[in-house]
Amino acid sequence: MKKYDAIVVGAGHNGLVNACYLRRSGLNVLVAEKNDWVGGAAVSRELTPGYLYSNCSYVCSLFRPEIMRDLELPKHGLQIIAYEGGAVFTRDGDYLASYRDHHAHRREFARFSKRDAEAYERYSRDVTRQCRFIQPLLMRRAPDPASFRPSDISELLYLGKKFSGLGAREMADTLRFWTMSISDFLDEYFETDVIKAYLAISGIIGTALGPMSPGTAYVLLHHYMGEVDGSVGAWGYARGGMGSITKALASSFVASGGTILTGSGVHKILVSNGSAKGVVLENGDEHFAKVVVSNADVKRTFLKLVEEKELPTAFVRSVRNFKIRGSSGKLNIALDSFPEFPALPKESTCVRGDMHFTDSVERMERGYDDWKAGRWSADPFIDMMIPTAMDPTMTSPGKHFMSCFVQYCPPKVEGRDWTEADRDAFAETVISQIAEYSPGFRDRIVHMEVRTPRELEAEVGLTEGNIFQGELTFDQLLFNRPVPGYAQYRSPIRGLYICGSSTHPGGGVMGAPGRNAAREILSNLSRDVSHVSDAHDVI
Amino acid sequence: MMSYDTIVVGGGHNGLVAATMLAKSGRKVGLFEAANQLGGAARGHEFHPGFTSPGLAHVLNRLHSDVVRELGLAHQGLTLKTANAPTVALALDGEHLVLRGSYGASVEGNLPSSEIAAWQSLRKQLFRHASILKRLFDDFPPPLSSASAIDILKLAKTGLALRLLGKVEMREFMRMILMPVADVANEHLGDERLKGLLAFDATLGVRLGPRSPTSLLGLYYRLAGELDGVAGGQAIMAGGMEHVIAALEKSACLAGVTIRTGATVARVLIEGEAVKGILLADGSEVSAPLVVSGLSPVTTFMSLVGPRHLDTGFVRAISNIRTKGDTSKLHIALDCMPRFSGLAAADHAGRLVIAPTSDHVERSFNPAKYGELPEQPVMEITLPSMLAKAAPDGACVLSANIQHTPYDLKQGWPSAKPEFYQRVLTILEKHAPGIRKTVMGFELLSPPDIEARYLMTGGHWHHGELQADQIMMMRPTYAASRYATPIPGLYLCSAGSHPGGGISGMPGLLAARTILKSART
Repeated sequence: MKKYDAIVVGAGHNGLVNACYLRRSGLNVLVAEKNDWVGGAAVSRELTPGYLYSNCSYVCSLFRPEIMRDLELPKHGLQIIAYEGGAVFTRDGDYLASYRDHHAHRREFARFSKRDAEAYERYSRDVTRQCRFIQPLLMRRAPDPASFRPSDISELLYLGKKFSGLGAREMADTLRFWTMSISDFLDEYFETDVIKAYLAISGIIGTALGPMSPGTAYVLLHHYMGEVDGSVGAWGYARGGMGSITKALASSFVASGGTILTGSGVHKILVSNGSAKGVVLENGDEHFAKVVVSNADVKRTFLKLVEEKELPTAFVRSVRNFKIRGSSGKLNIALDSFPEFPALPKESTCVRGDMHFTDSVERMERGYDDWKAGRWSADPFIDMMIPTAMDPTMTSPGKHFMSCFVQYCPPKVEGRDWTEADRDAFAETVISQIAEYSPGFRDRIVHMEVRTPRELEAEVGLTEGNIFQGELTFDQLLFNRPVPGYAQYRSPIRGLYICGSSTHPGGGVMGAPGRNAAREILSNLSRDVSHVSDAHDVI
Repeated sequence: MMSYDTIVVGGGHNGLVAATMLAKSGRKVGLFEAANQLGGAARGHEFHPGFTSPGLAHVLNRLHSDVVRELGLAHQGLTLKTANAPTVALALDGEHLVLRGSYGASVEGNLPSSEIAAWQSLRKQLFRHASILKRLFDDFPPPLSSASAIDILKLAKTGLALRLLGKVEMREFMRMILMPVADVANEHLGDERLKGLLAFDATLGVRLGPRSPTSLLGLYYRLAGELDGVAGGQAIMAGGMEHVIAALEKSACLAGVTIRTGATVARVLIEGEAVKGILLADGSEVSAPLVVSGLSPVTTFMSLVGPRHLDTGFVRAISNIRTKGDTSKLHIALDCMPRFSGLAAADHAGRLVIAPTSDHVERSFNPAKYGELPEQPVMEITLPSMLAKAAPDGACVLSANIQHTPYDLKQGWPSAKPEFYQRVLTILEKHAPGIRKTVMGFELLSPPDIEARYLMTGGHWHHGELQADQIMMMRPTYAASRYATPIPGLYLCSAGSHPGGGISGMPGLLAARTILKSART
C-alpha cells in the first residue's frame, strides 16, 4: 500500500501526457499499466527477431507540438520524419501519386483532370479555413451549454465569437461542412474517381461510417488538423516506430520523478462516499490517491473499473449509449525484401508514404455496406505503409516492416465471435489485394501479425478495438464527448477523471485529451497551470 | 405588353400561396403555370381510364395553420375532418402495429406493455424536441449576420424554450439532433416493427439510410409538421390533394390573382441588374418589377435566369445543391379493394408502411447509393379511393411511395421499370394475397418521370435534398436563403427554400411576407 497525489490508470499516450503535466506541477504521480510495456496503442514491439513493429497506431501527425515542447520530448529521443509521398494504385495499372509539395501534388492531379487540379486550390483553401477554425478548440475545454457557470459561459462566448468572426458566408460553409458526407463534399470540387477516393480516405479512417455518411467531412478535418514540422495536414513517422512517442513520454515522466508500474492492471477504482480514493490492482495491491485519472475508454472505465452502484443510473445509461464501434483491423508484416510495385516508376518517392488500392469512393462505400451486414469488407480499404523505407532503425538493412490498416472489420462476425479461421480468411483478403499490385509479395513475408477488433481489445484494452475510443460523430463531439454534462474530463465521482480519446477532442495520437484533462485537474486542485502551454497560433 | 406588379412563376401550392398573399396586399399579381391545371405535384390525373391518382403527394401532414388562416382556406371549402389517419406498420405475419392519434398517441398490436411505455416516452421526447425545431421551421431561417433586433429576440426565445426543457433534456436535444434514427430507436426500443417504421419515416424522400448520421432530422421534420393544429397529425385527403388545391385556387381568385395556365415561362428577363419581367415560351413578354419563382432554385437560376447574370461562386453553390430524387410514385388501378392480411377493414384507410425492420430499410437504401435498385424496396401505401370517388364503383386506387429508386439509375429507367414493378407487386402480393389478379392497370413514376411531368429538378419532392447541410439558412444556399436572391426583384418561394418540402405552403407564405416587409422599408 502506498499513497500518491494522483494515480493514472493506463500508460497510453494520453495517460502519460496527463501524468507528465501532473508531475510537473509537483504532484506525486503513479502510472499503473496492465501490459509489461508502456504505450497503449502507440508502441514499437519486436514481435519477430530483428523487426520492430508499430503494431497499433502507425503514423504521426496529430501529436500536438505544444505538448512536445512542454514535455521536452525531442530531448527524450522523439523524432518525427515527414513522409515524402504516397500513391493510390488504380485497377487499370496506373496510379495517383501524392507529394508533400503542393504544386507537385497539383500537377499530379492535372495528369487526370485539369479541372480537378484547379479545384484542388479551392479545396485546399476551404479545408484550411475549416482547420483554422477548429484547431484552437482542440486545446480547450468544451463548454457545457446547459450550464451557467462563468467558466462555461466565457468558453461559450469564445466559441460564439470565433464562429461569428468567420463572417456570414463562411459560417454557412462551416455549418455545411460539419454536417456533410465527405463524398458529397468532394463532389462539390472534383470529377475524377481516384482523386475523390484519395481525398476521401481521411474521412473514414477509424470511423464506423462510409464516405457517403453525413459527418465524414468532419472526420477528414480531424485527420487534417495535425502538423509535422509546422506543416499542417502533413503526416510522418516516429523514428523507431510509434513506441518512440510513448517511450519519450515515459522517459520525460520518470526523469521528472514520476513512478510507472508495468504489469499492473487495475482491477477496480476504489470509491468511498462518492469520492475516488485509489485503485486495486489485479494482483490485489492497493494504492491510494485522491485523484484517479483513467486513460481507459469511457465504457471500460465506468462499466468495468467502477462499481455500478457508485454511479447515477442516468449516467450509466449514457455511458452504455456511447458508441464505440470496432470498424478496423490491422496486418503487421515483416518482409525480407522491399516489395515491388510495377505500376510505379523506378525510385519513386511514393513508397515513402501511404499507399492504397481503393480507386473509387463507391468501392469504399461498398466495403462499409459489408461491415454493416456484420462481415469484413470483401474488397477492403487498406492504408499501407512501409516506414522502414525512411527509418533504418526498425529492421536490419534490406529488411522491411509493413503496416496495413484495414477497413472495415467488424467486432463480431455476423453476430458471433471471431474464430481463427475467420482471422485467416480476413488476412487472406488483404494479402491477395496487395499481391495483385505487387508480384511475388507473398514470398517476401517472414512473419505476420493479424489483428481484428478482438485482438485490439484484448491487448490494448480498446473497447471493440476502436482506435478513437468512441465514434467521432456529432452526438459524441465537443460538449457531447463522451457524455453530455460530463464533457470536461470529470465524472460523477469526485476526484475521478478520464483523459483518454473518449474525451474531447477525441482520437488519434494527439495528446490533447491528456493535456486538457491535466489542466482541468490542476485547476480543480487550485494548482499552478503555467507549465501547460496554450495552443499556439495556427497555420 | 401585359404588365403586373408581381409575377409568380409556377402554380404549385407554394406559388398559389405567395400569389394570393401578395394580391391580398393590393398588388396586381399574375400567376403563370405551364400545365393546363394548377397544383403542380399536388395535382392528380387520370392514370388509367376511370382511375385518378391523388397527386404526387398522398398524405397531408404539414399544411400550416398560418396558411389556412391567412388565406381563409376553411371558407373556400377546405375541410380537414379526416385528420389523424392511422399509420400501420405492416408485418408479413399479419401482426401489424396500428399507430393512432397524432403519430402513435396510442399503439395497437401485439406489443408488451414495457415496449408501449418505451414508445410513449420516446414519442414524447421526440415531440418535445420537434417543438423546439418547429419554432425554426415556422419562421424565417435564423440569420447568420446583420441580425435585426427581432431576429435576436426570436433566437433568444428559441434558446429560452430549449433551456426550459431542463438541463437534462436540453443536453439530450443537443446530443440527438444530428444522430442516426437507427441509433436513437435502438437506445429506446426493442420492437423491430416500430424501429422499421421510424427508420422509414425519418428517411422518406431523402437519400439517407436509417444508420446515416443526421437521419433523425427527417423524423423531427415530420413531427414539427402539424395538421389542423395537431402536431404530427396526418390526413389522407378525400379527393386527394385536389381538394387543397381547389381551396387555394378559390382563395387566389378571390384575392384577384390573374391565373394563366398552359403558359410556360421560358426566361426571367433581366435589365441592367434587376428583374424586368418574364418571357413566355410562346415568345410574348410580360413585364413586372418583381418575379417570384415557385420553381426549384436550380431550374430558376440555371434555366430561367442563366449563369451569365450570376457570379461564379453563386452558380457553383446552386449547381452543388443535391437534387436527385430517390422516391418513385406507383399508382395501381385495382378492380376491387385489396385485403391486407390481418388488417381491419377500416384501417385500410390509413397510411400503410412496409418497412419491417430498420436494417431492412438500410438494405433497401444501400443500392441507391450506387444508382441501383433495391431487391426489397420499402414503401408507403394509401388507398385514396376509399375516401372519395377516384375509381369506378367497387374498384380501387392504390397509391404508393417506393423508396430508394435513384434518379440516376445506372441501368436506365426504361429497361429497369417493368422488372422493378413486378418486384414491387410481388411484395404487395405477399401482404395482400390476390392483389396481383385484380390489377387493371398501373403507372410507375420514376424520379425522371416526376421531373418530366412536374418540372421538378431531379424529380425530387423537396426541390433539393432536405438534409442537415441543405436546411434553414443553407437552403437552397446561403446567399438566397431568405427568399430574396442576388438579383434585385427576383424571389424564391418553392419547397427548395426554407422550411422545405411537403404540402405546407410555408415557403410561399414566408416569401410573400419577405416581399411585403421589404416593400414597407
